Amino acid sequence: MSITIQHISKSFKDVVALKDVSFEVKEGELFGLIGPDGAGKTTLFRILTTLLIANEGTATVAGFDVINDYKSIRNSVGYMPGKFSLYQDLTIEENLIFFATIFGTTIEKNYDLIKDIYIQIEPFKNRRAGKLSGGMKQKLALCCALIHKPKVLFLDEPTTGVDPVSRKEFWDMLKRLQKKGITILVSTPYMDEAELCDRIAFIQDGKILEIDTPEAIVKHYPKPMYNIRSNNMYQLINSLKAYEHQHSVYPFGEFVHYTDNRLDFNPKELMLYLESKNLSEISIQITQPTIEDTFMELAK
Amino acid sequence: MNRFIGFIKKEFYHIFRDRRSLFILFGMPIAQILLFGFAITNEINNVDIAIFDHSKDATTKEIINKISASKYFSIKQMVTHEADIASVFEKGHVKAVLNFEKDFSKNLIKDHKATVQIITDATDPNTANTISNYVNAILQQYQKELNKDITIAYQIVPETRMVYNPELKSVFMFVPGVMTIILMLVSAMMTSISITREKELGTMEILLVSPLKPIQVIIGKVFPYIFLSIINAIVIVVLSIFIFNMPVQGSMLLLALESVLFIISALALGILISTISATQQTAMMISLMGLMLPVILLSGFIFPISSMPLPLQLISNIIPAKWFIIIIKGIMLKGVGIEFIWKETLILVGMTVFFIALSVRKYKIRLE
Repeated sequence: MSITIQHISKSFKDVVALKDVSFEVKEGELFGLIGPDGAGKTTLFRILTTLLIANEGTATVAGFDVINDYKSIRNSVGYMPGKFSLYQDLTIEENLIFFATIFGTTIEKNYDLIKDIYIQIEPFKNRRAGKLSGGMKQKLALCCALIHKPKVLFLDEPTTGVDPVSRKEFWDMLKRLQKKGITILVSTPYMDEAELCDRIAFIQDGKILEIDTPEAIVKHYPKPMYNIRSNNMYQLINSLKAYEHQHSVYPFGEFVHYTDNRLDFNPKELMLYLESKNLSEISIQITQPTIEDTFMELAK
Repeated sequence: MNRFIGFIKKEFYHIFRDRRSLFILFGMPIAQILLFGFAITNEINNVDIAIFDHSKDATTKEIINKISASKYFSIKQMVTHEADIASVFEKGHVKAVLNFEKDFSKNLIKDHKATVQIITDATDPNTANTISNYVNAILQQYQKELNKDITIAYQIVPETRMVYNPELKSVFMFVPGVMTIILMLVSAMMTSISITREKELGTMEILLVSPLKPIQVIIGKVFPYIFLSIINAIVIVVLSIFIFNMPVQGSMLLLALESVLFIISALALGILISTISATQQTAMMISLMGLMLPVILLSGFIFPISSMPLPLQLISNIIPAKWFIIIIKGIMLKGVGIEFIWKETLILVGMTVFFIALSVRKYKIRLE
């Protein structure tokens, strides 16, 4: 096991950040921690990177205890905090050299590990980090976190505030790094990124709601899911929300994802109700629940 | 070792790329020393005064000539009525009025005694005091000349000799104080800001999750500032020697060593401040309020410690700057060696060790 977390709890004064969290991450796994802002993701990362001490519970990273062997952990993990934390007044190259030096290595030694990422920002290597775009900043931060060839990589919301194209590139890179045997724990508030992980854990209000593979986790959804569309989206949502048997109503692109709280739900009945609300071009089709639906259901 | 050098290199990049802090580092010492040297002085020059001469005889004329010949005073107007004295003060044209009594010359010859009244505008008590001292000095000088030819002179002329600063040049008094302030400011404030900046930007998180030891981070942070503070100390001493002709009586080497000691104690204070403040703003406020004010007010730089109330005198003992000012005044102005200032030096060493121990203890290896 690369990371084991057992019954970790942490509170700040009267705010409870983590409540009895336990899970394990396997060697070489790409593990996603999915949850909204304030769910406790960053606190968990900080406990695992030895920056905070949990009130209760134990955890190990790469076989080292987070409290007793914190020095060994600091030698063998890469950490990319949520906030961009490189030196803004240093250039790309200077930042990278600095982080290589403090980890007692050089860029040349581990160049193959960062090469794919670094060649994208290399043309700007003399530009100061503060003047980079969001996507380039994240790539540089990832390079700096990787430069010492860590066994475990902690990425706290690495794609927040990054454009969709850069986000996709970033995840492609993570997949490649994973193939090189690095265990990656990544947190994100984006549900679409969850599908790219080997396994995901839903976290909310400091509690783990569910842990499984993205394919399996949607099977935990208890009800049949329907895609509904009509000529008027706004009125459709309002009408569905007003419907006495509705269980959940969430807009999802051009559709509304709808579940009914009756076991013997008949779509035709709903169709009649919607027509009575002056809606037309109505279509109701059964569909697969998404990870987002699953999270919303579990978070209720 | 490579790690350490890499760290220091990074610190120098920060310092040289931040124009504002560069300006504080090198602009301020020069500005302060010039300001204190030229603008803020206790000396008086060309003070406007008025004369009310009742007797208008040879003696008073001679005294008036002597006064107007001195570079300290310029006679702005002659007052002719008693009532006008109040009005010239009210208008604020003059700082002092000399009031010669009637029959000044006659009285001096007959009774060996004549009176002149020195009325000063005491809204600024320091200046008023200085003016009356200067006028007295001129009068005494004149008196001496009068008595020159008399074989048995009954006049007892009090002789005041100013030691250490015979010309009463205030810049000589200010240089040690300004040097103390600058070294304190640069060392304590700049280090505390540079450490808290890492906290604020989140880079401290990464530094903590790295194999760097706390002591490496601390020394790496303070090393550039030791270097820069020494340069500052040199600039101040050179400026005061060449612009203000200040003599440095004692050993330069001793001065340098004592300065390094003080710089280290200030740096340790800076680290201590950075361990208790989370943002650059707080660090700056604590440095300014907690260090600058006591250094200026309680170190004996401007206000003599002996004239403070007892509680403040006791508090002044825990201020490192007080001891440093005693030390450098001793070296620069009196030219004493270590045998006269070893006690103060020892106190400073003790404080430095205490601050370093405390800041290493308080330095957090985690975020909480």
